[in-house]
Amino acid sequence: MVGVSLNGRRVEVREGSTLLQAAESAGLSIPTLCYHPAVAGGGTCRVCLVEEEGSGRLVTACDTRAEEGMAVRLDTDRVKEARRTMLELIFSAHPFHCEVCESNNSCELKKIASREGISGRELPFSQDYRPVVDANPFYLRDLSKCISCGLCVRACQEVQGVGAYEMKGSGAQAHPAASMDSPVDLSVCEFCGLCVSLCPVGALIAKPPLHRGGEDRAVVTTCPYCGVGCCMELLVRDGSITGVRAGVPASVNGYSLCVKGRFGLDFVDHPDRLTRPLLRRDGELVEVSWDEALDEVTRRLSAVVEESGPDAVAFLSSAKTTNEENYLLQKFARAVVGTNNIDHCARL
Amino acid sequence: MTNSISDLEKADVLLLTGTNTSENHPVIAEKIKQAVLSGRTKLLIIDPREISLSRFAVMHLRPRPGTDVAWINGMARVILDEGLEDGGFIESRTEGYEELRRALEEYTPQRVEEISGIPARDLTRAARMYGKAKRAAILYAMGITQHISGTDNVSALANLAMLTGNLGREGTGVNPLRGQNNVQGACDLGALPNVFTGYQKVDDVEANEKFSAAWGRELPREPGLSIVEMMGAAQRGDVRALYILGENPMVTDPDVGHVKQAMESLDLLVVQDIFLTETAALAGVVLPGVCFAEKEGTFTNTERRVQRVHKAVDPPGEAWQDLEIIAELARRMGYAMPATSAEEIMREIASLTPSYGGISYARLEEGGLQWPCPDADHPGTSVLHTQAFPRGRGKFAVVEYLPPDELPDEEYPFILSTGRLLYHFHSGSMTRRSRSLEEKVGQGWVGINPRDARKLKLKEGSAVRLTSRRGSLISHAHITPQLQPGSVFATFHFAAETANILTNPALDPKSKIPDLKVCAVRLERVGGGEGDAGATAT
Ligand code: SF4
Ligand code: SF4
Ligand code: SF4
Repeated sequence: MVGVSLNGRRVEVREGSTLLQAAESAGLSIPTLCYHPAVAGGGTCRVCLVEEEGSGRLVTACDTRAEEGMAVRLDTDRVKEARRTMLELIFSAHPFHCEVCESNNSCELKKIASREGISGRELPFSQDYRPVVDANPFYLRDLSKCISCGLCVRACQEVQGVGAYEMKGSGAQAHPAASMDSPVDLSVCEFCGLCVSLCPVGALIAKPPLHRGGEDRAVVTTCPYCGVGCCMELLVRDGSITGVRAGVPASVNGYSLCVKGRFGLDFVDHPDRLTRPLLRRDGELVEVSWDEALDEVTRRLSAVVEESGPDAVAFLSSAKTTNEENYLLQKFARAVVGTNNIDHCARL
Repeated sequence: MTNSISDLEKADVLLLTGTNTSENHPVIAEKIKQAVLSGRTKLLIIDPREISLSRFAVMHLRPRPGTDVAWINGMARVILDEGLEDGGFIESRTEGYEELRRALEEYTPQRVEEISGIPARDLTRAARMYGKAKRAAILYAMGITQHISGTDNVSALANLAMLTGNLGREGTGVNPLRGQNNVQGACDLGALPNVFTGYQKVDDVEANEKFSAAWGRELPREPGLSIVEMMGAAQRGDVRALYILGENPMVTDPDVGHVKQAMESLDLLVVQDIFLTETAALAGVVLPGVCFAEKEGTFTNTERRVQRVHKAVDPPGEAWQDLEIIAELARRMGYAMPATSAEEIMREIASLTPSYGGISYARLEEGGLQWPCPDADHPGTSVLHTQAFPRGRGKFAVVEYLPPDELPDEEYPFILSTGRLLYHFHSGSMTRRSRSLEEKVGQGWVGINPRDARKLKLKEGSAVRLTSRRGSLISHAHITPQLQPGSVFATFHFAAETANILTNPALDPKSKIPDLKVCAVRLERVGGGEGDAGATAT
């Protein structure tokens, strides 16, 4: 452990921690745009500046290591002034149309700006317009809004191991472009959506039907697809799922999900969902009441057992349903019907 | 998995075989890539198909499909020849070493080359890499198990790990990647014909008595039928009623033509599901259940981690909770299920299942628990077999190479392997109803090597007819050097062109797994630009 002083308060953190992590562990917040716990590094947006006591040096908290005896202040006038300048510069190249931006409610830039009392119109606006790219079913790229934080590039390279983008150009002109300038949406991207979830502004935007933005509640659950068992939060508004978010603490997947988990859960609301029991009458499946359907099953199952014995009945349980459901169905097969004819598609 | 997902980064060598991890377990593939990028871990892939992880591998060896026992035994032999085995581990933790050593003598790298096509030199290099690693972990999936020799393949891999002491420590192990979200849990909870929960055998007198007493009924002692056996029994009229919860065998099971006949011979088919699947469409009664987002419960992932599922939204219309449906049917058949809420049922499970004994909902909120977790204070088990194996010493099983059930011949010259795609899942009943996934990949394809494609005058996207001894389907060609000449690949996500129209239901005699990775097919070009994918079963 090392001890540092933040705003005069002594804080103990694990060796190797950054000043930003030290501040977080002490419940102090330092604004940042280019740092995210999912990805190593940062230090490009320079919004997280803090002032070293004594030397008066301004350092970036997200990539400066906490060292024994270090003392910094988070909110001196110099820090505030420098941060305002950084934000004003960012805004000078960022279109100011928040009302119509999909990320209006979740935009980190907007949050920080309003906390710092910045309107965004302090400096004249000058930027090359880049057209919106809509080239895949999962997300849009609206690079006019890009603030060159580099999170998407680092995430794809270091976390996802794909490397679909690299940063092109420098300074305010820097923007993520597909490696070797091929259109990213046709190339190596696996549509895991990690970059989209990390983008602090509205430059990478998930497309509907999921990720419609806004939620009343977030419910932690487990992905229904593959055996990795990624944890996720389902975002719910007005009784339907409006989005999916990773980053549940202590989860196997951290901030990652694959394309199915992040973008493929809209089957839940599909109009094909069965809503009433069906019974075959004269060759057609027709809707009936629960009572009728369950009566029919009970009557006919019992008849088969009576005439041909319990082993004339077989059960297929499911590798998609819960443990509790599997337990109850095998108990039903064994204790109620009296057969061990139960299996599921483990082998398929 | 004997080990945990977070373990992978601690391995010096990861041996991947029979898993196209980026397509089937994408987030594990991500961990593998991170391990390689960190420079700590070397990746060794032995798989007939080139996969997207191949570019992260130091070596990718490509055996002929269905020759796994040969190359695995070959690697074991090289390890012994070069003295890379872990004598201490063999001495203290295993038995049957002498028999194994003798049996391996035949598997010289030269003979393995003849069988598998892996050059002797490469096999030797791979064996050295695995054998010399301080920590080496094996990862495999259906590419190893879905063979007539699937059980033998797994035994051979276990031999390799035991010979080199690569078990019971972090960064080692023999790690099957389980396909579906809760395939591990369904097995753990006794949805198998021969075991109750926690693999307690139905024909074990003590276990049978324990469950009989707990459930208040005399329970059957003879193991029941496996899924593929059920289909045969249905066709013969021995099974007359089939109750299916959330499965779609009309798309996922081998030889679906045969499955259809079986379904149609039943007196009663009941399907409990969330959609009118291809299977539900044949049912006499369909009961609407709920999906994962509408219920409480748990899934157990591939690393044995029991994790919570929480209800986020209400079910549509009059759909019932699946637990409620089963409990109500039981009641109507004269049996009162004492526990009916998910949490109460977990309590009942814990009381009857030693490996789940310490699992309770209260303990699952932060990241779940890995079984075995025998009591309420147990932290769960991230690495299995650290001190001993369940049977005490690990037994080396002598396994011999046997050719696949169906080999290519003049009439059916190609080997077909089946598998999944990143964008779809299993029978497609969920992913094909996701707008974006379906927009991304809306139809299946047949993968074929460029050389074979040239011979057959196929272009990318050409309509092709694939025919096996069991059926025939029309799909589109996707030309890819990832496949070896003579091999073709097809998926089963798309009902109209599910590869299971073609596949061979021949079973591994021990695990009853069908041979879905090797069946002989014929491939023909269809017309000029005919587009519609469709299928006929013979
Ligand atoms: S979606 Fe995933 S793979 Fe595609 S660019 Fe973003 S991080 Fe990379
Ligand atoms: S697209 Fe978003 S994440 Fe990527 S550099 Fe621009 S602002 Fe950052
Ligand atoms: S998000 Fe993808 S990798 Fe994770 S459990 Fe779901 S399907 Fe598997």
